[in-house]
Parts: sequence; C-alpha cells; structure tokens
Amino acid sequence: MNFSASEDHEAIREGVRRVCAQFPDEYWREKDEQHEFPWDFYQAMADGGWVGIAIPEEFGGGGQGITEASIVLEEVAASGAAMNGCSAIHLSIFGMEPVRKYGSPELANEILPKVADGSLHAAFGVTEPDAGTDTTSIRTRAERDGDEYVITGAKVWTTKAPYCDVCLLLVRTTPKELCDGPTQGMTLLLVDLKDPSVDITPIPKVGRNAVVSCEVRYDGLRVPVSRRVGEEGEGFRYILDGLNPERILISAEALGIGRAALRKAVDYANDRVIFGRPIGQNQGLAFPLADSHARLHAAELVIREASWRYDSGLDCGAQANLAKYLASEAAFECADRAMQTHGGFGYAKEYDVERYWRESRLMKIAPVSQEMVLNYVSNKVLGLPRSY
Amino acid sequence: MKVVVCVKQIPDPALPGELDPSTNYLKRDDKLILDESDSYGVEMALQLVEGAGGGEVSLVSMAPNNEVSGLRTALAMGAEDAILVSDNALAGSDALGTARVLAAAISRLSPDLVLAGVESSDGYTGTVPEMIAGVLDIPSITFAKQIEIDGNTVKVQRQTEAGYDDVECQTPALVSVTAGVVEPRYPSFKGIMAAKKKPVEELDLSALGLDESSVGQSGARQETVRVTEAEERQAGEVIEDEGDAHEKIVEFLGELKIV
Ligand SMILES: Cc1cc2nc3c(=O)[nH]c(=O)nc-3n(C[C@H](O)[C@H](O)[C@H](O)COP(=O)(O)OP(=O)(O)OC[C@H]3O[C@@H](n4cnc5c(N)ncnc54)[C@H](O)[C@@H]3O)c2cc1C
Ligand SMILES: Cc1cc2nc3c(=O)[nH]c(=O)nc-3n(C[C@H](O)[C@H](O)[C@H](O)COP(=O)(O)OP(=O)(O)OC[C@H]3O[C@@H](n4cnc5c(N)ncnc54)[C@H](O)[C@@H]3O)c2cc1C
Repeated sequence: MNFSASEDHEAIREGVRRVCAQFPDEYWREKDEQHEFPWDFYQAMADGGWVGIAIPEEFGGGGQGITEASIVLEEVAASGAAMNGCSAIHLSIFGMEPVRKYGSPELANEILPKVADGSLHAAFGVTEPDAGTDTTSIRTRAERDGDEYVITGAKVWTTKAPYCDVCLLLVRTTPKELCDGPTQGMTLLLVDLKDPSVDITPIPKVGRNAVVSCEVRYDGLRVPVSRRVGEEGEGFRYILDGLNPERILISAEALGIGRAALRKAVDYANDRVIFGRPIGQNQGLAFPLADSHARLHAAELVIREASWRYDSGLDCGAQANLAKYLASEAAFECADRAMQTHGGFGYAKEYDVERYWRESRLMKIAPVSQEMVLNYVSNKVLGLPRSY
Repeated sequence: MKVVVCVKQIPDPALPGELDPSTNYLKRDDKLILDESDSYGVEMALQLVEGAGGGEVSLVSMAPNNEVSGLRTALAMGAEDAILVSDNALAGSDALGTARVLAAAISRLSPDLVLAGVESSDGYTGTVPEMIAGVLDIPSITFAKQIEIDGNTVKVQRQTEAGYDDVECQTPALVSVTAGVVEPRYPSFKGIMAAKKKPVEELDLSALGLDESSVGQSGARQETVRVTEAEERQAGEVIEDEGDAHEKIVEFLGELKIV
C-alpha cells in the first residue's frame, strides 16, 4: 500500500488552486446573493482544461480518471467556492459519461468535444415531483412518432437548466405496469432544452443560489431518435452505471467544503480573543474542530479508496456509498462547528461560514439521501432485508 | 525569435520565511516556487513569440538543491525548455555572483532578447538584470510596461512616475519587466502535463566554465553584517473631522507628493 500523493495529483491541485485564487470568498458571496451564475469562473476552469479533465483525449479532454476529477472538485470547493463553484461545472466533468459509453459515435463526437472545451452546457433530468429516491416511478413519457420521440411530463430540480443547451433525460418509453420489472421500460435521451416546448422555472431554495435548480415541463418536445443514448428501455441501467462515480465526486465536493470551513474556523479561533485569550484555547471549541479534522481525514481516505477502485475497474459500490455518507456528515458537521466557533458573526454573511453551512447541508439530501446510502449499506453490504 | 526569461525560484511567500542564524541567509530547504514577479516576464515573452508568429521561450534559473518546481510552472505556462544552475558552491552568492552565473547560462542560448523581473520578491535588490546585461555587454532597459520587437530593434515603453518614456535599443538586449503590466496566464491542465516532459538542462559551475572564486560566498562582495527586526509601524495620525478633515487629508497627501 502506498499513500504518497502522486506528483501529477499535486500539480492538479496546484493548477486548480491557481485558477480559484482569482475567485475569492467575496466573489462567491456576491454571486450567491445576486443569484448569478459564475460565468467568468466557469470560463476560467474551461479554458484551463479542468472542466474536460475526465473526458477522453480523443474528444479533446484530459483523459484522466475519477481520482483526478474528484481532486479538481475538492479543490474548487475548498477554495471557498463550495457548491456554487462545483455545481457550475459538476455535470460537465462526468455527467456525459453515458453518452461516451453507450451513445452512438456520431452523438459522442458531436457532444463531448463541446462539453470538454466548456462551450456546451448539459443538465441531467431524472427527479420528478413524485419520483426522487424512487426513480422507477417516473412518469415523463416519450411516445415514438416516426423518427422522433414526443416527450410529455415534468421534472424537478434539474440543475442549471436555463443555461444548458441539452439535458440528459430519463423518460418512460413503456409504462411501468406493462414492464416485466420496474427498472425496465426507461430510456435515456439527449434533449434540446432551448426548444419552445420546454418550460423552465427556478425553484427558490436554501442555498447554492448562484446555480439554479428548476422545475422543467416538457410539453410535446420532439426529439430525433438519433439523440437516444444506447438502447430503448435500457436507460435505468445506464443511469445506475454512473451512480458510483457521481457519489465519489459529490464526496470530494463535501470534503472540500469541510476543509474550507475548518480553515476559517481555525483562523478565527486563533485570532478571536475573549476573556483575555484566543477562543481556540478553550477545549470546548478546539476539540470539535480536531474531531472534524479526524472525520474529514477518514472520509478522504475512503474517497481515495473508492476512486482508486473505480479507476482500476474494480467494483466500488460499497466504498463510493461509504465515502458519500462519511464526507457529507463530516462536512456539514464541520460547517456547523465553524459557525459555532464564529459565535454571532458565524450567522453573518460576511464570514462565509453560513454559506458553507447552507451548501454542505445539501450533500446530505442530493443527489442521493443519506438514508438511501444507509439502505445500500444495510442491504448490499450487511445483508439485511431491503426496506423498499 | 529566441527569448530567454530569467526566473527566480523562491520560498513560498505564503509560508513564514526563516533566516539561518549562522549565515543570515534565507532558508531555502523546502520546495521553491516560481517568483510571481517573474510570471510577468514569462507572459510577456510568450506574447512576444506568439505575436511574432514563431520563436522560442527558454528559461534560466539559479537555485539550490536542483529545484525545478518553479521552472515547471513556467514551462506549464508555455515556455519550451530551461537551464537550471545548481551547485553547492553557489550558496551565499550575492547579486553580482548570481548575474555571472545567469549570464554564463544565457550566453549558451544566444537569445535575441533576455527578460527578467524588475526585482525579485525575496531578495529585491533589483540589480541582477542590469548586472547580467553588464556581464554580457548588451544594452539593458528597465521598468518595461510594453515591449515590441521590430527587426533588430527593441522598442520599450519604460514606466516612469509621470507616465512612460519610449526607449529603443538594438538586439540582443536585456529588458526588465514591471510586475503587473500583463496578466500572466494560468497553467492549463494540458500545459502542466506537457511541462513534465519538457527538457530542463541541469548545469553546475564547471559545465558553465565558471571559477568557484568568482561566485558563491567566496566571490561575494556583499556581506550581511547584521539583521534586525523591522520596527513596528507606529499608529497613524488621527484627524478629528471638524468640517475640514478633507483639507487636512489632501494636505497630508500633498506632503507625500501623492496628489
Ligand atoms: C439543490 C438540488 C439540486 C438537484 N439537482 C438535480 C438534478 O440536476 N437532476 C435531478 O434529476 N435531480 C436533482 N435533484 C434531486 C435529488 O436527486 C433528489 O431530491 C433526491 O434524490 C431525493 O429525492 P426526493 O427529493 O424526491 O426525496 P424523496 O424520495 O421524496 O424522499 C424523502 C425522504 O424520505 C427518505 N426515504 C424515502 N424512502 C426511504 C426508505 N426506504 N428508507 C429510508 N428513508 C427513505 C429519503 O431519504 C428522504 O429523506 C436535486 C436536488 C436538490 C435539492
Ligand atoms: C544575504 C544574501 C543571502 C543569500 N542567500 C542565498 C541562499 O541561501 N541561496 C541562494 O541560492 N541564493 C542566496 N542569495 C542570492 C540571492 O537569492 C539572489 O540570487 C541574488 O542576490 C539576487 O538578488 P535579488 O533576489 O535581489 O534579485 P533582483 O535583482 O531583485 O531580481 C531581479 C530579477 O533578476 C532575476 N533573478 C534574480 N535572481 C535570480 C536567480 N537566482 N535565478 C534566475 N533569475 C534571477 C529575476 O528575473 C528577478 O526577477 C543570497 C543573497 C544575499 C544577498
């Protein structure tokens, strides 16, 4: 076993830090308050080749693995950009993997180079008002009409939808009742979000306000069959395939926020003098921070294990889920403690920890809830009966 | 066109620096990074070569412990190759010793133009570039804010307190670039990966044909006699506003010749 960081990984961290240093906390505070997409940050990351890092070189990307992609996102989050920065680029980093893996060569050649160079924004539409965790209950329909599918239905929480050109959409091509199993009859389509039959409404939310998540209605959107990703009816399997890498990336983002929060907390605890001594001298404040450091470190090791397994072609379901669970818990707890360390100022926007707190809370819910992760561990790892 | 950029690799300014109490030299045992002051020269060189539609940017650096981290950053920005001079006998070099070494390295490359920073971030004597020009016996122009190459002529806008002077000289020449006059590009992912494969030629004194007695501590004509803590800054003057504060501030700035 070898835990030494590779030179490449250090160079990637340094390269990303250099870009992020141009976008300090003030920038993110303002973008969050103004509900403005961080275009200049996105462009800088795209120009540096960081957005395309995990897209194969033949499509103009960096050809790296999930380990390198997760390092990029961790550093973005840790810079203080937190989820506003990560969500701006998250789906471009690995979200189009189903197109590479299962899409036609024509589709991959058309889409991936533009995702890699940042000129094409893509969204991911799975969740519906009545189908989040229970994905197979989606009701958005695609009816075949000649060489086209006609789509009717509604998705919720589609992130970045107003700025995106395309959306990787999971639809039902066969109603659940008519299928042999619930996971059948679903199809993955790459749809045009700029079409007038698509109606997009942002959902007001707690945080990560520089990047909107939206309700998206599809009212008779026509999609050429050539935009289908892989086989009809196999969509759910393609989506499942991407869940582990997605969890690893999310874990890395959580870890990054945790690091940002811990850094702020430690600085403040060293500087703030109350009762004639730095507040960090009180073990009541110091121990929770030391404890958070330990938990973040543990999460980091599991993330590295999971990403190494994924990149080595090994099964990583258990590790990716554990990483997601541990990192999300550790990050939110750390942000909460950072807020406590700051006392009243922690509640003020100026100190940024409240932003980390709001944004790290998200990681416990989406893209998969902590409960569903524990369901996986209970059932698949421990062999307990399934709850759903 | 061939441009050589002098890049100094320095201890990370974000970390607390430390002096060796026995020699009063800055400790340089940890990783050294590209001096930000030199990132402007690198950017300027890349722009000149790109503007000329061809050419090559090479780097020269003198640093202890065969350090290449800072050079890799500049290579990742787009420079082609580098010469690193590293030799135990160079410890304690003063500015002239440093200039002799860099000049010897530069002359191997026969450049049209040599760029350097106006002053480094750690030593900041602001003398090495002109000494290099002296050793090489080529013209030097300082404080450049803009550089243009026109045939065998270097045209420089030289920053002054009031604005700038237009200065020209023949190539080969050395120009020191003012910090902040261009926006240094960030190394891209592909640049970083490519930099790992770019050649860095490591030379010692004998390879440069330099005599130990002319460089390093033995050749140094500068000696650090004593190091004392900088005095803490005194609290400033507080002006109570009795309706005329703005006049007092203008007067104060006038005394400093700022307005
Ligand atoms: C900011 C944000 C951005 C998002 N972006 C996207 C996006 O871009 N694309 C997209 O498709 N989706 C997106 N989502 C949706 C997200 O993936 C879902 O919210 C998430 O999967 C949970 O689904 P749900 O909200 O329907 O919760 P529900 O499925 O309604 O679950 C509600 C609660 O019940 C719990 N629960 C349910 N069943 C069980 C059980 N058997 N055992 C224990 N607990 C259970 C869940 O864990 C959860 O806590 C986003 C969500 C948010 C908040
Ligand atoms: C007291 C003292 C202790 C020193 N200790 C050490 C030591 O322990 N180890 C050591 O290696 N050196 C040491 N030096 C040498 C020193 O770091 C410089 O190389 C030299 O004095 C140049 O001074 P400066 O940094 O003020 O350069 P400036 O004249 O301020 O630099 C202007 C520009 O010249 C170029 N330049 C300067 N130095 C270099 C370089 N080394 N390589 C490439 N380009 C350069 C850069 O473009 C820079 O922007 C010491 C010098 C002194 C006076």
